[in-house]
Amino acid sequence: MDTMAAIKQTFFQECEEQLVELESGLLAIEDGTSEPDTINAVFRAVHSIKGGAGAFGLDQLVRFAHAFETALDLMRSGRLSPSRAILKTMLMAADALADLVRVTRENLPADEAEVGRIVQQLELLVEGGDGAAAALAPVAEAPAAEDVPDFQPIQISLADLVGSAPEGARRFKISFEPKPGFYARANEPLTLLRELGRMGQCRVVCDTSHIPALSDLDPEGSYLVFHIELETEATESAVRDVFEFVEFDSQIDIEAIEPEPAFDDDAFARLMSLAAGAPQEMPALIEPVVRIAEPPPAIERVEADSQSRKAEAGKAEAAKVAGGAGATIRVDLDRVERLIDLVGELVINQAMLSQRVAEARLSRSSALAMGLDDLEQLSREIQDSVMAIRAQPVKPIFQRMSRVVREAADMTGKTVTLHCEGESTEVDKTVIERLTDPLTHMIRNAIDHGIEKPEVRLAAGKPESGHIKLSATHRSGRVVIEVSDDGGGINRERVLSAAIAKGLVEPEAQLSDEEIDNLIFLPGFSTAATVTDMSGRGVGMDVVKRSIQALGGRISIVSHPGRGSSFLMSLPLTLAVLDGMIVSVANETLIVPLTAIVETLKPRPQDVFDMGGDTRVIRIRDTFTPLIDIGQVLGYRTEAADPANCVVVLIDLEGHARRALLVDTIQGQRQVVIKSLEANYRRVDGIAAATILGDGRVALILDADAVVANAHSQAAALPEMLEPAE
Amino acid sequence: MSQSSDSSTIRELIAFRIDGREFCVDIMQVRDIRGWTPATPLPHSPHYVRGVINLRGAVLPVVDLAARLGFKPSEPTVRHVIMVTQVEQQIVGLLVDAVSDILTVTEADIQPTPDLASELAKTFLRGVLAMDGRMISMIALDHVLPAREALAA
Amino acid sequence: MKKTILTVDDSKTMREMLKFTLVNAGYEVMQADDGVHGLEVLEGMSPDVILTDLNMPRMDGFGFIEGVRRNARYRSVPILVLTTEGEPDKKDRARRVGATGWIVKPFDPEKLISAIRRLAA
Repeated sequence: MDTMAAIKQTFFQECEEQLVELESGLLAIEDGTSEPDTINAVFRAVHSIKGGAGAFGLDQLVRFAHAFETALDLMRSGRLSPSRAILKTMLMAADALADLVRVTRENLPADEAEVGRIVQQLELLVEGGDGAAAALAPVAEAPAAEDVPDFQPIQISLADLVGSAPEGARRFKISFEPKPGFYARANEPLTLLRELGRMGQCRVVCDTSHIPALSDLDPEGSYLVFHIELETEATESAVRDVFEFVEFDSQIDIEAIEPEPAFDDDAFARLMSLAAGAPQEMPALIEPVVRIAEPPPAIERVEADSQSRKAEAGKAEAAKVAGGAGATIRVDLDRVERLIDLVGELVINQAMLSQRVAEARLSRSSALAMGLDDLEQLSREIQDSVMAIRAQPVKPIFQRMSRVVREAADMTGKTVTLHCEGESTEVDKTVIERLTDPLTHMIRNAIDHGIEKPEVRLAAGKPESGHIKLSATHRSGRVVIEVSDDGGGINRERVLSAAIAKGLVEPEAQLSDEEIDNLIFLPGFSTAATVTDMSGRGVGMDVVKRSIQALGGRISIVSHPGRGSSFLMSLPLTLAVLDGMIVSVANETLIVPLTAIVETLKPRPQDVFDMGGDTRVIRIRDTFTPLIDIGQVLGYRTEAADPANCVVVLIDLEGHARRALLVDTIQGQRQVVIKSLEANYRRVDGIAAATILGDGRVALILDADAVVANAHSQAAALPEMLEPAE
Repeated sequence: MSQSSDSSTIRELIAFRIDGREFCVDIMQVRDIRGWTPATPLPHSPHYVRGVINLRGAVLPVVDLAARLGFKPSEPTVRHVIMVTQVEQQIVGLLVDAVSDILTVTEADIQPTPDLASELAKTFLRGVLAMDGRMISMIALDHVLPAREALAA
Repeated sequence: MKKTILTVDDSKTMREMLKFTLVNAGYEVMQADDGVHGLEVLEGMSPDVILTDLNMPRMDGFGFIEGVRRNARYRSVPILVLTTEGEPDKKDRARRVGATGWIVKPFDPEKLISAIRRLAA
């Protein structure tokens, strides 16, 4: 990647940070928890985005950020009060800015209409939409958006200016008289004169006639006047540009003269006579003058000082880098993955070694066995530390939810506040990435269906504004995320009748409250009487449940009528390892993810019923559950196994369905490192991934849902009564 | 593999035996040669995919090259070897009887596959080499694995 | 001996852009991310030119310039401020506290280099 592309990437990364700063700042202002500096930070965030966008010529972003910044500047200077309505517009603008940054990053077209609409709203604020229009003084530094094109970088190449003067050389007569302020602002005539010297043929004469006697000399005074004759192809404005910074601190006269010899000019001739005998080369000419003005020893000492100081500074900087003051580095994800793989391998190797040592019947107290114990301890610690590299706090995704809440509240005409807890809880990067969609959906769902309209809430004696809590905690090696609302809770009557109407539940079925609540996770279930703009897009809670399960997680709901509902998600800390049950099937070893397992049991032959075809069911506490022989489904054996010699693993599928899986034996439970099959092969139906066992062999991890689906396609359809959930 | 190399380009090939016949692949594609270790069978896989093995932490498929080329499937013993090869982005183990030779040839030595060869042979053979009276078939590894997307019947 | 430029800007993007431009032109670059940090970095180094943003957290550009000028050691170090178009009052204020010149963002690399050359040759 070339440097500019890398800087551009930095810019977008920085934008993300600024957007977070912007949003959290605005939210703090909105709920009154802001600090005096918050508005400055908010302004700075937008200002920085504008600055960077300008550098890359991202005009649309510049224009939008500028309109936004202008409004924020008014708020900063106290000319726009941070009222609710105004903050709402600001937050909307922040969201739009975030969108604009993202589409710009992806090179996608922006939603021009939306951008235009928000810019217009911001302009209205600037023009006094607050009702304070009359009170607003004209703001010079806050031009309206029409002025913005001025911000496009003006590429003026000096090379062009110098090289393309068709009329040939011009001559300029310049008189340059620095005032005391010139030196006070660290200007230096020498460098300016050198710059002129670069532009062409340059003669400089220094008029030292104003230097007073030493006793009268003010060390910070200015006594020198320079007369310059410049022959150059550069334009007059380019020449003036050299004096750009000093025009207020010096008297500058630039006069273009005809390209005739200038020596017959009276004044110039007089000056020349003053400088009689001076060499033609500019620096040599200047040097004696400088000696008069400032004694050379002083200059040299300063020079020497600064050299050694620079050397020290270099050392200090190096020490700082070595000290790791920055505390973070960016690492290619592939390298981390590789490290995780290697550590997984290390753990497996260590397990193999331990097994060999155990087989060798060495005493537990032998030096070798003890050394191995240490190795095991170390390997585990390394594994944990490596996994921690991928861990990230949930904060960014929680923050994103505040926008979801705002939008959903706007769309439904409800007022909702979001409260987050445990934002610093860390989870694997991939888990975080794949959590956005389910969380978004749950929150929309809570606002759409859970939180009541303000008037309903008031009537129920609740505060007008609804409340959503989003929290994350670590609990026994997993992360638990909760989304709860203080809305009306699940209307069980409606849910049940909807489920019956859709044929998801038998009309006469007797379901517990918990079972009814969980019906919302069934595929194809949706309670909304009217399909709303938000959660009625064909995405239901079943999709949420499936995505959580795909992450190795579980989801459940607890609802209290009139008081609200809360969704509880339990997720693995990492996708690199999985808790599994090791089972044997037809001499093959398989891993069944623990998250799917409800219980294991030894079947009694009298509980197994043959339904014809290859279909069998098992009675477990008066419920008939389809029985699936994994060995058969995976093609390990052709004859169905005898349940008497088997163990049943009862699993929960997506959408509330249960299945009994038949396996030969259960070897135990352990955490396994997940290895992709797709990296070197391809997806295998019924298999989620692979792992490597202590003996170095590969074992396959079962994809329970897929195995069940396969079993269905293989076996004849089950009788209707046994398939309530299909 | 598809790089346009002129006829004088020197190539090193690894020759190996399957069912009494000699084949070879470009040495650049071979990452490792190891003894046979039992593979974990994969459900719903073509008959020539023996399963997957663990190679330093990576899970890679092992293809019985004999079965893949239409010969009698191998019955692996400890003397069999797995040639670990790189096929595009994937690492694939090839089960062969034994590695026999390392050959240094020029591109010109590689002759096109004879017309009368079967369709199966044409799919997998990149060309043939005549070496000291032996005929060695050069294998194109691209089609050794089943297609990624299609599910096995 | 390469000339050293100290850049003070809270935006990493801007710092990187400046560094890229300056290093390409043969300058040594030191960086700081706000005024406080800028004064810290300045301890024990003597840049040939300082380039500073104005709007920064903790200590803004004006405070930074005042801090620099208060120290006799740095009185003769030229300071360029990075401003945005349409901020004439900021330019003036920066000059009043001791800034030497200004660069308008987004900056034109050639203009930046020519400005620096005018200050540090």
